[in-house]
Amino acid sequence: MESISQLTISEARDKLKKKELTSLEITQSCLKSIETSKILNAFSVITPEIALSQAKNADKRIASGDAPAMCGIPIGIKDLFCTKGVQTQAASHILDGFKPEYESTVTQNLWDEGAVMLGKLNMDEFAMGSSNETSTYGAVINPWRSSVSEVPLTPGGSSGGSAAAVAADLCLAATGTDTGGSIRQPAAFTGTVGIKPTYGRVSRWGVVAFASSLDQAGPMTKSVRDASIMLEAMASHDRKDSTSSNFPVPNFEAALTGDIKGKKIGIPNEYRMDGMSEEIEKLWSIGAEMLRDSGAIVVDVNLPHTKYALPVYYVLAPAEASSNLARYDGVRYGHRAKLKVNDNIDEMYSKTRAEGFGKEVQRRIMIGTYVLSAGFYDAYYRKAQRVRTLIKRDFDKVFDDGVDAILTPTTPSSAFPLGEMNSKNPIEMYLNDIFTVTVNLAGLPGISVPAGIDVDGMPLGLQLIGKPWDEGELLNTAFVLEKALKFSDKPKKWW
Amino acid sequence: MAIDKDTAGRVARLARISIPETELESLALELSDIVGFMEQLNECDVTNIEPMTSVTPTLLKQRMDLIDDGDQQKMILSNAPDSREGFFAVPKVVE
Repeated sequence: MESISQLTISEARDKLKKKELTSLEITQSCLKSIETSKILNAFSVITPEIALSQAKNADKRIASGDAPAMCGIPIGIKDLFCTKGVQTQAASHILDGFKPEYESTVTQNLWDEGAVMLGKLNMDEFAMGSSNETSTYGAVINPWRSSVSEVPLTPGGSSGGSAAAVAADLCLAATGTDTGGSIRQPAAFTGTVGIKPTYGRVSRWGVVAFASSLDQAGPMTKSVRDASIMLEAMASHDRKDSTSSNFPVPNFEAALTGDIKGKKIGIPNEYRMDGMSEEIEKLWSIGAEMLRDSGAIVVDVNLPHTKYALPVYYVLAPAEASSNLARYDGVRYGHRAKLKVNDNIDEMYSKTRAEGFGKEVQRRIMIGTYVLSAGFYDAYYRKAQRVRTLIKRDFDKVFDDGVDAILTPTTPSSAFPLGEMNSKNPIEMYLNDIFTVTVNLAGLPGISVPAGIDVDGMPLGLQLIGKPWDEGELLNTAFVLEKALKFSDKPKKWW
Repeated sequence: MAIDKDTAGRVARLARISIPETELESLALELSDIVGFMEQLNECDVTNIEPMTSVTPTLLKQRMDLIDDGDQQKMILSNAPDSREGFFAVPKVVE
C-alpha cells in the first residue's frame, strides 16, 4: 500500500484496534494527500487543527478500550452539513462567510462516535446539479481519466467533492446527500460506493435544505462494508427533524452475511432506455447473472410510471427549493448586495438574490415559483404530487409481489467531460438522474456499487433499490454483488 | 404552455430575483423549455389519485407546546450582514 489514506474504514478500524496504527497517523496521511491533491478541488475548507485534535482524542478513547467502529476514522463532510464554527455555504456565494452556531445531527452523531473531520467538501450549489459545475468554488475534477484523453472529467454531482475525495484516497469516507441521485451518480462516476437510505432514516436537521420531501444524507465509501458501518453511525431518531423515524437503527454490518439464496431480484423493463450504451446494458445483465449464480431468483418487473419520474421531480424539487431558499434574503446570514442610498427592502432582496445565487439555482427557484403560482398550482404542482403517488404504488406493488430488491444501472453513461453540458439545454443535464430519481420520489433506499470499466477506462455503477427500512438486506445484496464483480480498480494517479 | 417575456418578469419579481430587462427574453425561452418538458404529465391519468403529501405513511410526531430553549440573541445575530442593538438591520421599511 502506497499510503495509509488508501485504507477502508473496516481495515483502519481493525488496525486501530490491534494498535498497528494510530488515528493520528491515518489523519496525517489524509491531510498530506489533501495537500498534494488541490488540483482536484475536492475540498472547499481543510480543518487540520480540528482533525489533529479529534484524532488525538480518538487515540485516547481507543487506548481506553471504548472505541465505536468510526472512532479515529478521518472523513470529509459535504459542504451542505452545518458544522459549528466551520465555514458552511452549500457551495453558494449567497452563504459567503457563514459559520453555523450549531452542528448538524448527522455530523454530531459521527463526532460522538469518534470520527475525525478533515474538512468540507465541494459540491453543486445547493446540491442542484449533476456535474459539480454549479459550485461557487469551481468544478471538482474526477481523479479518473479516460484512457484515450486527458480532458478533465466530472466526478458527477451534487456530491462530487465527496466522491472525488473518496476515490482519490484523500479521506477514508465522506458524507453525501441525495435528492435525485446526488450520492449514487457521483459514486458510479468515481468507482465508489454510495447509499441513499430510506427517507426518514437519517436526520435532516442542520443539513441545508434543497427539497425537503426528497433530501436524505448517506455515506460515500470505498466498500459496501464501510457503507454499512458509516450509515449506522449517521442514522438516528432525532426530535429536531419531524420526519425522522423512530424505528430502531439495526446493526447494518451484521446484516452482511453474504447469503442471498432465494431472494427475488427484479429487473424493471422500463429502465431499458432507447440509446442506452451496450456496455451498460451488458454490465446490467452480468450483474443479474451474478446474483442468480449466488442463489437469487431474477425476475422481470414492471414500473409503468417510470417515464413520468423526471417531469414529476422537476416540478416538485424546484417547488420545494423555491420555498426553502426564500430564507436567503440578505438579512440573517451570508451575502447582502451593496445598496444605493434610496434602495428599499425589496431591492435589497432582489439584488442580493440575483448576485448570490448562481444561474442554475435561479432557474430552479423561478421554475418552482412558477409551478406554485396562482393559476398553475393545480396544473403542475398538484398534478405532480398525484403522479408521485402512482410512482410509489408501482414500487409497492413490486415489493408486495415478493421482490426483495431491484437491479438497475446507476447512470445512463460514464463520467462526461467538464463543460460538455454548458452548450446543452438544462433538460439534457437532468436526464443524468433518470435511473435514480424514482428512488427519492418513492422514499426508498438505493445503493450504487462499482461494477466495471467501460471501453475508455471509466468506472460504471449498478444500482440496487430496496424495500423501505430494509437497508440491512439491501446492503447484504450489494455486498454479494460487490464480491462477485470483484471491482478493485483505482484511478491512476496523475495529479 | 409557453412562458412569455411578461410572465418571466412576473416570476422573477415573485421570486425576488432581479433580472435585467435585456435578459427576460432568453429567460422566458429557457423556462418554456423546462415547462414544456413537464407537460408530459398531462398524458398521465390521475383520476381518483390522491396527491402525495408524505412519502412514509407515518403521522407527524407531536410534542407539548412548551418553550425549552431561547435567549440566544447573540448566536442568532452572529452571522447577520448588519445588526444593531440586538436587532437585524435592514433598509427603511416604513416611511
